[in-house]
Amino acid sequence: MGGAAQAAPLPTEGAARRSWRYARQTGGVLFSVALTFLGLTCVTFFVGRIIPIDPVLAIVGDKASRETYERVRIEIGLDQPIPVQYWRYLMKVLHGEFGTSLITAHPVLQDLLRVFPATLELAFLALFIGIVCGVPLGVFAAINRGRWQDQLIRFASLLGYSMPVFWLGLIGLLLFYAKLGWVEGPGRLDVSFDDIVPTVTGMITIDSLIAGEDEVFWNAFWHLVLPASILGYLSLAYVARMTRSFMLSQLSQEYVLATLAKGLSPFRVVWIHALGNAWVQLVTVIALTFGSLLEGAVLTETVFAWPGLGLYMKNSLFNADLNAVLGGTMLVGIVYIGLNMLSDLIYPLVDPRARK
Amino acid sequence: MTQISRRLLLAGASAAPFAGWTRIADAATPKDTAVFAKQIDDILTLDPGEAYELSGIEIATNLYDRILRYEAEDVTKMVGGVAASWNVSADGKTFTFKIRPGLKFHSGAAVTAEDAEFSLQRVVILDKTPAFLLSQLGWTKDNVKDLVKASGDTLTMKITEDFAPSLVLNLMTSIVASVVEKKVAMANQANNDLGNTWLKTNSAGSGAYKLVAWKSNESVTLEANPGFRMGAPHMKRVVVRHVPEPASQRLLLEKNDADFARDLGPDQLKPLMGSKDIKIDTSKGANTWYMAMNMGYGPLANQKVRTAMKMLVDYQGMVNTIVKGKFFVQQSFLPVGFPFAIAYAPFKLDVAKAKALLAEAGFKDGFPLRLSTPNTSPEMEIAQSVQQTMAQAGIKVTIEPLDKKANIGQYRARKHEMVLISWGPDYFDAHTNADTFAHNDDNSDTPKIKPLAWRNKWFIPELTKDMLKAAKELDAKKRAEQYVVLQKRVTDEGPFIIMFQDTPNVARRANVTGFAAGITEDLNFYRLIKKG
Repeated sequence: MGGAAQAAPLPTEGAARRSWRYARQTGGVLFSVALTFLGLTCVTFFVGRIIPIDPVLAIVGDKASRETYERVRIEIGLDQPIPVQYWRYLMKVLHGEFGTSLITAHPVLQDLLRVFPATLELAFLALFIGIVCGVPLGVFAAINRGRWQDQLIRFASLLGYSMPVFWLGLIGLLLFYAKLGWVEGPGRLDVSFDDIVPTVTGMITIDSLIAGEDEVFWNAFWHLVLPASILGYLSLAYVARMTRSFMLSQLSQEYVLATLAKGLSPFRVVWIHALGNAWVQLVTVIALTFGSLLEGAVLTETVFAWPGLGLYMKNSLFNADLNAVLGGTMLVGIVYIGLNMLSDLIYPLVDPRARK
Repeated sequence: MTQISRRLLLAGASAAPFAGWTRIADAATPKDTAVFAKQIDDILTLDPGEAYELSGIEIATNLYDRILRYEAEDVTKMVGGVAASWNVSADGKTFTFKIRPGLKFHSGAAVTAEDAEFSLQRVVILDKTPAFLLSQLGWTKDNVKDLVKASGDTLTMKITEDFAPSLVLNLMTSIVASVVEKKVAMANQANNDLGNTWLKTNSAGSGAYKLVAWKSNESVTLEANPGFRMGAPHMKRVVVRHVPEPASQRLLLEKNDADFARDLGPDQLKPLMGSKDIKIDTSKGANTWYMAMNMGYGPLANQKVRTAMKMLVDYQGMVNTIVKGKFFVQQSFLPVGFPFAIAYAPFKLDVAKAKALLAEAGFKDGFPLRLSTPNTSPEMEIAQSVQQTMAQAGIKVTIEPLDKKANIGQYRARKHEMVLISWGPDYFDAHTNADTFAHNDDNSDTPKIKPLAWRNKWFIPELTKDMLKAAKELDAKKRAEQYVVLQKRVTDEGPFIIMFQDTPNVARRANVTGFAAGITEDLNFYRLIKKG
């Protein structure tokens, strides 16, 4: 009893220690997030100031008088020293103001909310294709290591890596849209379906389902399927190669031999046990693939006239629209940090050791 | 068996909601809608007091009626727009316009002289990019309310600078003379901006179309104004879709998902020639493509060197190959089709003559030269051709490919040696180009304006006087003669190697007619488009 009485405070101490550890961990994460943001804004801001494009010219045009030029220069704060400009920008961002885009005349946040769902819609489907096809192909290649099936899959992945997406997109359009007529062409919708569905999520497929507009959904879907497949092929190439590599590493482990010796079916050993362990590394690969898809596939969006984040960032950069570039960079940064945190959260689900 | 049947049944049931999944093949654009595939990422605003980008001007041309116009039916004849008639005082300083009765804005309100007065005044007060078109008349924020006045159905405007009446009247056909509905603009005013923020993305005009939506980098949708003074447009809707890639534009056109493709290059046009479903219309554009030599760079200050350089470009060779169907040779600063323009091409590739001139100038072995150029097609190909022909006379050209805006920035800062670039006029009058190619009476580093002659350190106070005299000349015949002299002198003596004028192509579905690209965007009308 006495021992029990002495042991009573222990759980409390343990809880306190755990709380302290969580607080420290959370603080550490927040600190690294803040530092990443600061680094992001800093690098982008200063790079934006160094590039030989004059943002005032982007607004007033080549033919403006000196007075107009000077007025606009002062209006957008370019007469101030660069550190002051950066400080002002940082303060605004901390207050949730990303400024107004020079090229769209809308608040940057409003622009990002408009273009990001278009990219998100594309990225979700592309990632789905990448995982659903890439993982089984990677496993299949690993279990057939060195055979023709492996060579074929590796060759297809290599093609995905090395073929210019721009060319692939155009060939895809020529074949599946122009010649075979299986899919819709560039753009997110046919003009007849424009402005029918009210914007809820910004993803037309989802919004049309919410509005119960079947025809709009299918039109949006057939517009989406080709660019998503092209992007999906690229992510498939990466996911398949990485899966193959992780699986080869797993299949050479002793536990595989042991489970086979115990009489488990090879199918179960490969697809449940080995793949189960490979998922730990795959989660990171998939998270990063998703991040690169969201970051905006500039060339795919150009070929498919897809008004997403990539196209928006490209135009902003070419027009020295610094507010938009910084806003977009922040968004991409947030996405990456979020994905990293998400993959950290997923680890315990796929790796029991991480739960301890 | 039972299991299989059940599976089939389940599969059938779950597929039922997808019954409508199949793609409706080859759905053409709607009968009452014209669809353009075009690069429209240059649009920054649709406020006619602010818009100065090519696509923005084209859209505003169709949204707003202007005080005067060159109409689609005859683009060579100036006629009344919002004004039914006009008068110029004997001294050429006072202009009166009678407003056409019965005109209506899209809102249904009557178009009045007060609206016209407000529209001109707001351009000067807003002082956005195109404001210089009106401020050159001597109008300032302080005096414009006294100089531009409405009374009853009459708009009176006075100019303080000396300008030829034809020039002033031509200005009234440009975008800054678009008539905006005062009541609507003021109702949407924020921070004393005369409705500028609101009008960037909305319209308040009386043109053939009204704006439904502009989605930046995505599309512009217009709806017909059935009460337009020239009659209701044939197309109820016009959609201009942003399609950045010309190859994608071509596919959309071929699949009947677009009626017009506006940015096709020779590669896309060639396979379409001879197609029975697609027609290609070619017209004369107003863009002048030239190379400018900075006279601050040693050898280029020498007149003989500059003349030699003009003989080291294979103008016709390029037109026959790399820019075939896109440009023709025109070496005057005025594009053919413009008032007082002459078709002038005194220079052709002549390496022997050029070498002799270089030797006379003391550059027998040539000299190194940096040619800055936009890193896009066809500029890069042109630069490579120039590099090759100039090398024949010992001039070692290094190509510096730059982003378009960086190229302009360097040019404006006079940091180039030679630059390849293009120039488009601001309004339909000879003065617009003369005022930049032949204007530099302040060669200091901080002039009030930075015309092209200044950018190349071509100090020409006397020629500037002649140019300004031509702008003020009341006698049209004398004015024409003066511009002929100006054009020849700029081409022969100036630091410009003027090469080409563009010929925009519009590819269209064969059954869609009534649209042709005008010499400027002010003449790109949608209202006569018809579908057969």
